[in-house]
Amino acid sequence: MSEVDIKNYCLNFGPQHPAAHGVLRMVMELDGEIIERVDPHIGLLHRGTEKLIEHKQYLQAMPYFDRLDYVAPMNQEHAFVLAIEKLLDAEVPVRGQYIRVLFSEIGRILNHILNLTTHGLDVGALTPILWGFEEREILMEFYEAVSGARLHAAYFRPGGVHQDLPKGLAERIMAWTETFPQTLKDMETLWIDNRIFKQRNVDIGKVNVENALAWGFSGPMLRSVGVPWDLRKSQPYEVYDRLDFQVAVGTSGDCYDRFMLRIAEVRESLKIIRQCIENMPEGPVMSLDNKIAPPKRAEMKTSMEALIHHFKLYTEGFKVPEGEVYAAVEVPKGEFGVYLVSDGSNRPYRCKIRAPGFAHLQAMDFMCRGHMLADAPAVLGAMDIVFGEVDR
Amino acid sequence: MQDIADHISQSLEHDVVSATINHGELTLVVRADHIHKVLTFLRDDRICLFRQLVDVCGVDYPERARRFDVVYHLLSIELNQRVRVKVETDEDTPVPSAVDVFPSAGWFEREAWDMYGIFFAGHPDLRRILTDYGFKGFPLRKDFPLTGFVECRYSEEAKRVVYEPVQLKQEFRDFDFMSPWESAEYILPGDEKSDADVKSGEK
Repeated sequence: MSEVDIKNYCLNFGPQHPAAHGVLRMVMELDGEIIERVDPHIGLLHRGTEKLIEHKQYLQAMPYFDRLDYVAPMNQEHAFVLAIEKLLDAEVPVRGQYIRVLFSEIGRILNHILNLTTHGLDVGALTPILWGFEEREILMEFYEAVSGARLHAAYFRPGGVHQDLPKGLAERIMAWTETFPQTLKDMETLWIDNRIFKQRNVDIGKVNVENALAWGFSGPMLRSVGVPWDLRKSQPYEVYDRLDFQVAVGTSGDCYDRFMLRIAEVRESLKIIRQCIENMPEGPVMSLDNKIAPPKRAEMKTSMEALIHHFKLYTEGFKVPEGEVYAAVEVPKGEFGVYLVSDGSNRPYRCKIRAPGFAHLQAMDFMCRGHMLADAPAVLGAMDIVFGEVDR
Repeated sequence: MQDIADHISQSLEHDVVSATINHGELTLVVRADHIHKVLTFLRDDRICLFRQLVDVCGVDYPERARRFDVVYHLLSIELNQRVRVKVETDEDTPVPSAVDVFPSAGWFEREAWDMYGIFFAGHPDLRRILTDYGFKGFPLRKDFPLTGFVECRYSEEAKRVVYEPVQLKQEFRDFDFMSPWESAEYILPGDEKSDADVKSGEK
């Protein structure tokens, strides 16, 4: 038999592919159906957020953070306001901190519902997404109730949150935490022992601890390999150290583990939400320092000083002392960090956004090597990629 | 944290220019050509164990002779500590790549190259990453205008996307509200001398 020259096959996955979770172009080199190399081309959603932020005042730069990972908007805002507060040395009232934690956890559930259901969809489970999105809609109504926007909330502000919870919202959220576990359970039964789902996910995209650390993994990607690392526990910010919750850890580091870990995280988030509502004290939600937080509207009618503060804040903005800080929060996808450099003016000199998805997607090449083409969407789905934050 | 800072500056006294703690964060300033050695030390040393490279980014200070800072953020999961490592460089001087110490540096360095034009020597695949195919210029440099130089649209005649110089329908407005009381120094026609007189009077 004569030798046949077999050439590798080059395949373009995307840029518009329903399983790519956004605009991702992956140039794949295939040997038959085995992936030999993956070269993700990102940046198709690049909007120059960091450049824009350098031209905005601190408060004006806030809404850009909603638009990064648009699946869990408030969690990103959190990192930015923490960075500003660190530079300003500002204090947040306890009630403000509780509200921040409450909405960060709602954001986490928002994100995990989307990720779990779309990951299911990628590997063939069509029903959960229909159930899950109904719940997401309810959560977005909570967002709308506090901020007026379903998605781009701009609710967290330096010094606290913009407004207090409207009347009755806490009870509505509490009622929802009673009904949601049933839906979650229903969804779970469709996945957990499903033969097809297991065949598509178990032992796919396996990573060991060394590789996970070397590639800069964080969040569920790092915990799935068995490292109990959660910034909410290890470097607690806001009131996380007063709350009782567990960190879910995986064992085998495959896609199935990551998936089940996220379900466990949703349960923990529900616990945190309930504790937040129960323990939330009365009081102000925004810092009373009028150099960074605007005065009350009623106060402005009678106090000249309040009026001046308001005018100064919304024209000049506040100045942030010179320095540099790195503030990181545990967003649903991993460690979201903001490296903020201030030159003492009212605008950030440099604001580098460290998105967890960026580091995770980088590992796509080594995680996919040797897998079948059909496994690529499963690996990608379990990474939890949203292009708003990867491309910035 | 002070112990770690002392340990690092003692072990690497020829490489580390300064070690400071600000806002509870440790910052090391390192000589650019020794960054490789420093990162390897920070990763492998028993007292440090900064085994995760969280972020690499550039910062531009155009008024400096060596205008760029390359900032590395490392995390030690064992110690629950972070460290920031900074090196200085300019447009022409390459920084040794950290890819063989931390594979995760790959894309972060590509991004710094894409945004600032900082060259990383020894990087296996230093292509642009976030900007468009065929993009020219380094957008995050301070001298790059916010509006950019080209804009693209789909041309019905050419049946493809075409790039044209940016045309703004309205002049770019940079609202400089540094202070409503001490606003920008407006140049009044015929009034240039008054300021000069004041200055010469002071001298």
